[in-house]
Amino acid sequence: MPKALHQLTLEEALAGLKNRDFTSHDLVSACLDQIKKYDSGIHAFLEVNDQALKEAESPRPGPLSGIPVAVKDNFLTPGLTTTASSNILKGYLPHYESTVTARLKAAGAIVIGKTNMDAWAHGSSTETSDFGATLNPWNTAHLPGGSSGGSAAAVAADMCIFAIGSETAGSIRQPAAWCGVTGFKPTYGRVSRYGVIAMASSTDSPGPLAKTAADAALVLQIIAGLDPYDATSSPRPVPDFFNNLKIKIKNLRIGLPWEYLEVMQPDTRRLVEKAADEFIRMGHQVESISLIHPKYSIGVYTVVQRSEVSSNLARYDGLRFGSPRSGFGEEAKRRIMLGTYTLSSGYYDQYYNQAQKVRTLIVDDFTRAFEKYDLIINPASPGPALKVNATLNEPMFGEMQDILVEPSSIAGLPGFSVPCGFIDGLPVSFGLIGPQFSEALVLSAARNYQQATQWHHAKPRL
Amino acid sequence: MAAKKVSSKPAPVFSVAEVRHIAKLANLTLTPSEETKFSSQFSETLKMINLMRELDTSEVTPTSQVTGLTNITREDVIDHSRLLSVSKVLGQAAKTYQNYIVVPAVFAL
Repeated sequence: MPKALHQLTLEEALAGLKNRDFTSHDLVSACLDQIKKYDSGIHAFLEVNDQALKEAESPRPGPLSGIPVAVKDNFLTPGLTTTASSNILKGYLPHYESTVTARLKAAGAIVIGKTNMDAWAHGSSTETSDFGATLNPWNTAHLPGGSSGGSAAAVAADMCIFAIGSETAGSIRQPAAWCGVTGFKPTYGRVSRYGVIAMASSTDSPGPLAKTAADAALVLQIIAGLDPYDATSSPRPVPDFFNNLKIKIKNLRIGLPWEYLEVMQPDTRRLVEKAADEFIRMGHQVESISLIHPKYSIGVYTVVQRSEVSSNLARYDGLRFGSPRSGFGEEAKRRIMLGTYTLSSGYYDQYYNQAQKVRTLIVDDFTRAFEKYDLIINPASPGPALKVNATLNEPMFGEMQDILVEPSSIAGLPGFSVPCGFIDGLPVSFGLIGPQFSEALVLSAARNYQQATQWHHAKPRL
Repeated sequence: MAAKKVSSKPAPVFSVAEVRHIAKLANLTLTPSEETKFSSQFSETLKMINLMRELDTSEVTPTSQVTGLTNITREDVIDHSRLLSVSKVLGQAAKTYQNYIVVPAVFAL
C-alpha cells in the first residue's frame, strides 16, 4: 500500500514535491488532518499555526520548500505563542525569531505548530508541562519522554514531516527512543541557541527529531553553523551531511561500555546488544570498553544544570513580560532553588566547583576512549516508555531516566537515538555517540544501520 | 577510567529554615507544604549529588564550557535592523509609565 502523504519521510516528501506528485498544500493539509483526527488523544501540540495552509500555497523556494515542521515550544516564533509550556509565559508572543526557525523558514519550511514539552524543558516525561502531559502514540497509557516529548510524539504520529527539539541531556534522544523515532543531538555549539528559551546554557543543543537518519542529516544541514548571535556557536565549516551518507563506511571501531549496559533493563539491554551485533554483521568491530560509571554524571549534570537554571530563570520577574514568579510550577521552583543553593557562598566549592572538576574527568575519559574507538554505543534510555504519572513524587525522575546520556551531554558530544526493536508494543532504541563535530560519521553509522534494518519504518496504530 | 575513590562526607540535611532562606535568595514564595516537601526532597537529591564527591579531583582543573572557543567578540556597532520599537518593548510589560517599565522599589525610603 502506498504511504499517505503525512507518512512520508522528508526525503520522500522532497522528491514528491520536486516531481509535482503533490503540492505543499496537499502535504500540509494531510498533516493538519492528522493533527485534527488524533491530537486530542495525544496532545503533542500546544498551538497549531492557522496560517500554515495559506503559507503552503506559495512556499518560499529553498531546500525544504513546502515541508511542514513541528517546533518545540521553547523556540521563539513571532506570530505563534512561545511558552516553553510554562504558565509564566502563557500567551507570550515573541518579538524576535530563533536562529533555528529563521533558517528553517528561509529554507522554505512551514512551521505547522508548536509542540508540548516539560515546562522550561525541566524533565524527561513531558508530564511537567503546565498545560497537561503529552501521551505516547504507541500506547497512550505511557509517557512520550521529554523534554521534547511533543515533538517526538508528533513525528511518531505523522503529524509533521519532521520536528525540532532541544537537548540539555537526553531531551531529544530519550523522547525519540520512547516514541520510536530518530533523534539527533548535535555537538554543543554546532547549532545556534539564539532565541531558544535557555535551560542549561552550557549544554543546550537544538536538533532534529525525524523519521530517518537521512532526514536528520537534511535538517541538520539547514540549522547547523556559525551564528553571530550565539557566541558559543562553532565557526567550523559545516560538512555536506547528506552527501556524506553516500560514502561507504566500513571497519569502524565501536566501543560498548559495560558500565552503561549494567544500568539497563535486561530486555532493553538485549535489544541494544542485538543492534551491536548488527554492526558486527555490517563489517564493523564492536568491543567491550570501560568508561567512568554514568552514576557519577548524575551529580555533575544535576548541579551544573540547576545552577544554570537558577541563573537563567532569574530574568522571569513578570515586569517586562510574562507573569510574576509565583506562577512557576513546582519542578521549576525546585530546580531554581537547588541551583541557588549550589551556587551560594560556602557551598560553591563543594558542589558547583566539584561538578565542574568531575566534568573534566568525564571529558578526558571520552577523549581517551575516542583515541581507540571511532564511536561508542550509548543508548538513550535504560528501558522503554514508563506509564503516565511515573514522575509523581520523583524529584530526580529526569536525572535517573537520563543517566545514560548525561555523560555525553556534559562533554558536548553528538549522538543519535535510533529504533532497534519493541518490548510489549513499545519502541526501544539504541544510540551511538562520537567525538565532538563527528556528526557526519555518527549520521552515516545510523544511516547504515537503518539500511540494514526496518525498525524505523514501524508506525503506531492510532 | 574512574579516579581513585576518597571517603565521602555525609550529605547535609536540609531544614525548613534553610529552604525558606534559599527561597528568599531565589525570589520565590513557597507554601508551607512546599517548604516541608522541598526540605525532605533536597536532602534526598543532595545524597545522589554527593556520589560525585567520591571521585578524587584534587589535581583536576574545572571545565566550565566545552567549545574550546575563547575571546569571542563582535564589533560594537548597532544593527538598526534588529532594534525593537518602544511599543513592542513595552507592549507586554506589567506596568508602564511614560515609556518606562515600572518596577518595585529595591531600596525602601
